[in-house]
Amino acid sequence: MDSEVTPVHAEITLLVNGTEHRLRVDTRASLLDTLREDLGLTGSKKGCDHGQCGACTVLLDGRRANACLALAVAHDGAEVVTVEGLARDGRLSALQEAFIEQDGFQCGYCTPGQLCSATAVLDEAERGWPSAVTEDLRGDPVLDDDEIRERMSGNLCRCGAYTGIVKAVGEAARKTQAEEAKA
Amino acid sequence: MTDRLEGREKVTGAARYAYEYPLDDPAYAAAVQSTIAKGEITEVHADAALRIPGVLAVLSCENAPHLHEVPDAELALFQSRTVSYRGQFVAMVVAETLDIAREAARHVRVDYVSEPFDARLSADDPRLYKPDTVNPVFPADTEQGDPEGAFNGSAVRVDATYTTPAEHNNPMEPHTTAARWNDDGTLTLYDSTQGSSPTQEIVAQVFGLDRTHVRVISPHVGGGFGSKGTPRPNVVLAAMAAGAVGRPVKFAVPRQQMFATTGYRTPTIQRFRLGADADGTLNSIIHEVFEQSSTLTEFAEQTATPTRVVYQAANRRTSHRLARLDVPTPSWMRAPGETPGMFALESAMDELAFAAGVDPVELRIRNDTDREPESGLPFSSRNLVACLREGADRFGWEHRDAAPGGHWEGRKLVGMGVAASTYPAYMRPNKATARADEDGTFTVRIAAADIGTGARTALTLIAAEALKADADRVTVEIGDSSLPEATVAGGSAGTASWGTAVVRACESLRGKMNGSVPPGGLEASADTAAELDARDEYARHAFGAQFTEVEVDADTGEVRVRRMLGVFAAGRIINPKTARSQFIGGMTMGIGMALMEESVMDPRFGDYVNRDLAQYHVPACADVRDVDAAWVEESDPHLNPMGSKGIGEIGIVGAAASVANAVHHATGVRVRDLPITPARLLPLL
Ligand code: FES
Ligand code: FES
Repeated sequence: MDSEVTPVHAEITLLVNGTEHRLRVDTRASLLDTLREDLGLTGSKKGCDHGQCGACTVLLDGRRANACLALAVAHDGAEVVTVEGLARDGRLSALQEAFIEQDGFQCGYCTPGQLCSATAVLDEAERGWPSAVTEDLRGDPVLDDDEIRERMSGNLCRCGAYTGIVKAVGEAARKTQAEEAKA
Repeated sequence: MTDRLEGREKVTGAARYAYEYPLDDPAYAAAVQSTIAKGEITEVHADAALRIPGVLAVLSCENAPHLHEVPDAELALFQSRTVSYRGQFVAMVVAETLDIAREAARHVRVDYVSEPFDARLSADDPRLYKPDTVNPVFPADTEQGDPEGAFNGSAVRVDATYTTPAEHNNPMEPHTTAARWNDDGTLTLYDSTQGSSPTQEIVAQVFGLDRTHVRVISPHVGGGFGSKGTPRPNVVLAAMAAGAVGRPVKFAVPRQQMFATTGYRTPTIQRFRLGADADGTLNSIIHEVFEQSSTLTEFAEQTATPTRVVYQAANRRTSHRLARLDVPTPSWMRAPGETPGMFALESAMDELAFAAGVDPVELRIRNDTDREPESGLPFSSRNLVACLREGADRFGWEHRDAAPGGHWEGRKLVGMGVAASTYPAYMRPNKATARADEDGTFTVRIAAADIGTGARTALTLIAAEALKADADRVTVEIGDSSLPEATVAGGSAGTASWGTAVVRACESLRGKMNGSVPPGGLEASADTAAELDARDEYARHAFGAQFTEVEVDADTGEVRVRRMLGVFAAGRIINPKTARSQFIGGMTMGIGMALMEESVMDPRFGDYVNRDLAQYHVPACADVRDVDAAWVEESDPHLNPMGSKGIGEIGIVGAAASVANAVHHATGVRVRDLPITPARLLPLL
């Protein structure tokens, strides 16, 4: 029995919020625990550890993922963006600002996951990815309230801040689109 | 409309919660739960776990240090061989990493002698008894006039039984404690708690320490909704573990383990009898409640208390009967008592409206009262009628066709419902200090908690107003038991209670300042105990009215809330931005209660079978469409210096009835057992 419970370790490299980390991880360790316990990046939250709440959502190689479901060892060389990496040089992203403005949170525990998810939602819509409620699969999806609700439903908020979250994501989407139109 | 002051920390991930403080060489705990519902532990086999590299200790009833007895027997961790419910913590492992601790916990084997048990609540259980009081200190039973006689003699009668299931608070942050014993024998706890002062006091008792030797730090708490209002076993577990291994220990209750060990809302069975004249004027109200607690601790929820407050009737009776079952201990969940109680009362009122042929809004207005019916006390303010009228107006209630059922839109049935809300305006004694510095800044200190309520922001606005200073010159420090002692964030009493202490401390400081601040600054303090004792007797309650439009899919039985509007009368609203979020958050949880939340007891095992967020459903983003809250102006001189009533809970009170009543209006089907799932509704359509 002892052999099956003796920890096995592996060396991996992670690029987290632009900084490279060389790490020795327990092969059972989730990406979430690695970020929180080894790298001290506690912005990503653990709500369920089972992929059911979205509090741990990060951007993993550019796409949103539940960090509690990812084994760190399986992501050697990956690029990770956490909530700590969303602001640039101390300047909040349009989403972060909109969350504050629209009071898109209360306790704040789901918020890092909501923000990482919403960051990916803007990007997914931009790439033309449809959701379950997109009617015209050929055109570019427009992030109206129904689209936002559908796309943000993997992130639970027990405080019930959804109405603010939907407004915030909508506001940020419009702002981002307007900026792009200008550019 | 002030933004949440800690908003920037929360959106950048900088806000630290209990698990997230940098500690020197922390160890990690994982707990083992009992696999029987009742019996005795005969032996705990720890050797296999202890052989695993990285395991530091295994603790159980066989080797745990002695703890002092406190009223909440849930905190007597590992103090006896007796198992009182399935899922109770019976052992723990402490290890170098979380992965090792978790793995090792699976290798701890516990032998038991099992005993027969009973985990099923029923209204004819012979063990039901009348508790001395219901939470916190209300009489279990009340009676006036001749309720039975008046009921029997009434022209219109409703006699119906409603049930609400067990529900779990499920704050997004699990119950978490990081504990460190310091070299001087003091204990530091980073704890996810709704009250650092009460936790400090109780933990000190448990470990036989002087109160000042325990410090509880909790500036940010990821929700609680009552379940973090009293210390749970996690805090004792972490502190015990840290003592055993001589290192700081972190413990977050895994989501699955929260369902047994961190409290829940008791299931209820409620029989209502309403007797009225032909025009709907109530003659008799009889509300009988059956509910459960564990064998460990008596928690008797005050489910019938709102019935003592809301409507007039000369003849009335309320009662609570409790069964002590072999189940986990229930506790506070957002508006304990009012929430299930008002589901039943407001469903029964809707039934009465249809039976009497009176509009449901009008029926409630007709039974309004200017004195609290049972106590006879005048209300400090009561604007239920204004909420009903304003809500009806804004919601478009006049377009509602009175007849229930048959409102088709394609394959959808559409309907509107209304329900009243109420919640007491409690106040508790508190202490605070206020300090002025030469640079023109102020610091206010109180061990209050912000669990997402916006308390930090509201108290800052309150302090600024009392100091006649700009809010950006005022810092309010909360969330630490080393600050002046404060009561729990619970009973919707936080802002009113803490705010009063803050105002009095600031007033006293201004008096001392006399326009200038001497070198070294000035400080003043306040204690509101005497002020609260001297208050005039009034019935103090907030009220509200909630309107809901649902669509019911006739083919699947799925209910969706299209629109929901709550209008509240809760005194002065301190910060509209965070207040709106509080109301809407409560209403959102009410949608969950109405349509999906249910902890299913398996009486063969004595435990809740759905024990994670995939099986215990809470509302997701797509479930919450057009939900909004508004309030009527209410000025009430009998409350506190702010003129405020609590707003954290009233949003969930009445919400589920509002949805259920809309379902009835849409379909003609009355669902008296929550939640209204497709499985329950479809066969009746
Ligand atoms: S913590 Fe990863 S989904 Fe809940
Ligand atoms: S803000 Fe508390 S869970 Fe979302």
